[in-house]
Amino acid sequence: MMPAAVLLVCAIIGPLRAAERDSLSIGITQFPATLNPNIDVMAAKSYVLGLSLRPFTVYDADWKLTCLLCTELPSISNGLAVPVDLPGGKKGIDLTYTIRADAKWADGAPVTTEDVRFTYDVGRNPQSGVSNAELYRRIGGIDIKDARTFTLHVDKLTFDYAAIQDLMLLPAHIERDAFADPAQYRLRTLYNTEPTNPGLYNGPYRVSEFVGGSHILLEPNPHWAGPPGRFRRITIRTIENTAALEANLLSGTVDMIAGELGLPLDEGLAFAKRHGDAFQILYKPGLVYEHIDLNLGRPALADLQVREALILGLDREAISRQLFDGRQPVAASFVNPLDLGYTDDVPRYRFEPIRAEALLEAAGWGKGGDGIRRNAEGQRLSFELMTTAGNRSRELVEQVLQSQWRRIGVDIRIKNEPARVLFGETLPHRRFDMAMYAWISSPENVPRSILHSSEIPSEANGFVGQNATGYANPEMDRLIDALEIELEADKRKALWAEAQRLYATELPSLPLYFRSDVFVLPKWLSGVRPTGNQSPTTLWITDWSAQP
Amino acid sequence: MIRYTAIRLVEIAAILVLLSFIVYALIGLMPGDPIDLMRSSDPRMSAADAARLKALYGLDQPLLLRYAGWARQALAGDLGYSRLFSVPVWGALLPRLGNSLMLMLPSFVLAFALALGLGTAAARRPGSRLDAAVNLFCFAGISLPTFWLALILILVFAAGLGWLPASGIATAGINDAADRLRHLVLPVATLTLVSAASYTRYVRAAMREALAQDHIRTARAKGASEARVVLHHALRSALVPVTTILALSFGGLVSGALVTETMFGYPGMGKLIFDAVMGNDYNLALAALLLAAAVTMAANLAADLAYAWLDPRVSYR
Repeated sequence: MMPAAVLLVCAIIGPLRAAERDSLSIGITQFPATLNPNIDVMAAKSYVLGLSLRPFTVYDADWKLTCLLCTELPSISNGLAVPVDLPGGKKGIDLTYTIRADAKWADGAPVTTEDVRFTYDVGRNPQSGVSNAELYRRIGGIDIKDARTFTLHVDKLTFDYAAIQDLMLLPAHIERDAFADPAQYRLRTLYNTEPTNPGLYNGPYRVSEFVGGSHILLEPNPHWAGPPGRFRRITIRTIENTAALEANLLSGTVDMIAGELGLPLDEGLAFAKRHGDAFQILYKPGLVYEHIDLNLGRPALADLQVREALILGLDREAISRQLFDGRQPVAASFVNPLDLGYTDDVPRYRFEPIRAEALLEAAGWGKGGDGIRRNAEGQRLSFELMTTAGNRSRELVEQVLQSQWRRIGVDIRIKNEPARVLFGETLPHRRFDMAMYAWISSPENVPRSILHSSEIPSEANGFVGQNATGYANPEMDRLIDALEIELEADKRKALWAEAQRLYATELPSLPLYFRSDVFVLPKWLSGVRPTGNQSPTTLWITDWSAQP
Repeated sequence: MIRYTAIRLVEIAAILVLLSFIVYALIGLMPGDPIDLMRSSDPRMSAADAARLKALYGLDQPLLLRYAGWARQALAGDLGYSRLFSVPVWGALLPRLGNSLMLMLPSFVLAFALALGLGTAAARRPGSRLDAAVNLFCFAGISLPTFWLALILILVFAAGLGWLPASGIATAGINDAADRLRHLVLPVATLTLVSAASYTRYVRAAMREALAQDHIRTARAKGASEARVVLHHALRSALVPVTTILALSFGGLVSGALVTETMFGYPGMGKLIFDAVMGNDYNLALAALLLAAAVTMAANLAADLAYAWLDPRVSYR
């Protein structure tokens, strides 16, 4: 309130700085630990590399897989993807890609299959520190046809065989020395030791200044042959505190706040109410699926009637409307409505507290004198609800859930933990009753890691796996196994529908909503198209333009 | 004096060794590790990848074994690599240390100068309007949350008046001293106002006590000017307790100011230490924390030695 009043006074007595149109300053809340595309996983890194490094393939704003660095997506119909029989009855696939003829690193060196070979060697080496090596493990070998064309021999035939966005090219001509000792590569890569070396970037922009923890400056890649970017300079500035980030926007220090790494929805809505007239504000619901995991190892939660009662006792529409201005669509299952596999033909749960109470009665939980239900043994129907401490939106939702469930006789004790504890200890060891958090996925992301019975963390498997609810259903396992290898889109859609129906019927987790990103943009900026998936908007920087 | 100093230096070394183990153990006892967090943000990262990376970063080893390895390396002068920044520890530490000193030193000096002036003026006229105003300044400075003060300064001077940049260490692409100075004004002002408030209270209390002492009355009776009485006789006595407070604050010069750095997007030591501890970056966290502890203890030793100069009654044998 006070800061807003001060700002109002100052707005009257002092003019705001006029924005320059040939430069763009973007505020984000995280600074990348490294710019090496294959080491570490950070949204801030993806955002910066979206401007400066082209992946081979990417899901665009329409959630279609497209080529950026390659000329054509391989498919069985165009002959660039050829299924092959492997020893042991397995099916593999050979994929042929051609690098765009005009692709060049910013030092003028062409992007070639040498870079592909080098990247593959780095990715395959267990010492190199590559964070997601699954694709490299699947690639059994590479045939280099010429300087631009290569064939990958992949040992598993999956429906998304053409998607190779994890193969982010490294420039062999300058990175090879750093890989001389693979165990030292993650420390010696030029992306860490010399991040402004132009030879590291092949996108429309290159990093020209890197001030750790503060900002990254990007300038046009002089050898970029695609449509040129509109801006002479792009600054990515990190301000972790969102109140300070807003103040930076108002001061003109940053021109826009990225939706991928900016204001949480509640703060974005509040900002829109105060300053919405001065900015363009875009809301984009995406693949971040907020839900409540139920530990099916707890006897009360193992009972489907109790799980159904819990979801019927929740007014999720009201939560979305009241807390998020209706900007976060209520989820029916784990599949986003924008996804190819989405179906609306699933059991839906409206707010029906009377039916919820009847279900709990039928499950043997009668109301006690204090309003909390008890079973025949006198045990209270009481659960601990956890989420990531410090996340204001989630903490607010928790209070509403606690209040709504209390009305149907369910006692909720809120116990929040820092993210590293929740994700590092509590969920893998399944030491929780209910945990509210988000699953982040990609388009048509098969839910093996979260719903397949082989992914239940336990002592026997060293507590690896993300199926923290302990959900085990042979039918879901079958659907997941079938989904991965079904090449025909229509048949896959039917499998997706079955999986969603099963999930919504059995409720191992309670669906809440799909989280929305808030993009705060200056009115003079156009062409920014949020994707809602993991591809950052910056990949299409050349579509952005500034009005005079 | 030399023997006393030598004994204190040995004590400092012993404390640093003990501290290194405690810090290492405390970070190690924190549940979860960075690879778990990495995995939670990338659904495609497999369990095999997580296990491989944990082995690569040594996170699968028992804590004591890891500490022994670190201690062996550190004694040989190698502080290792920062896992978070993938550069040698000094490569991550030194730029931030430089930034922190640029931020903390001016605010330390300004805060102390302001405190000396205000505290002395208030102590000379207890109960006066000036004393009340200084007290109000002190209470306001101590009570105001730093983040709030920082936000107000940004809103007024950056968003409202447009006089100063709101955040960062420099304008991207511009590398001159004037630009760096402009970026320092608001964070230095924030830290100065907050620190000056608490220093002023100490100076005021110490000066009041000093001005009430017999030797001050004697000096006045001998006809010494008021300026000489205050600046030469009283201030010297008052500086003994104030020196203790300043010495304890000295560690802050290298440990940074987390809240101020976060609010102003300023890459200093406070944020570095926080990120290193939260990200299980043992090498970096240990180096930074031990550096801060060493500077604090060295400043304390310096303060103890300064007592002998400030107060002739103090001597060390």
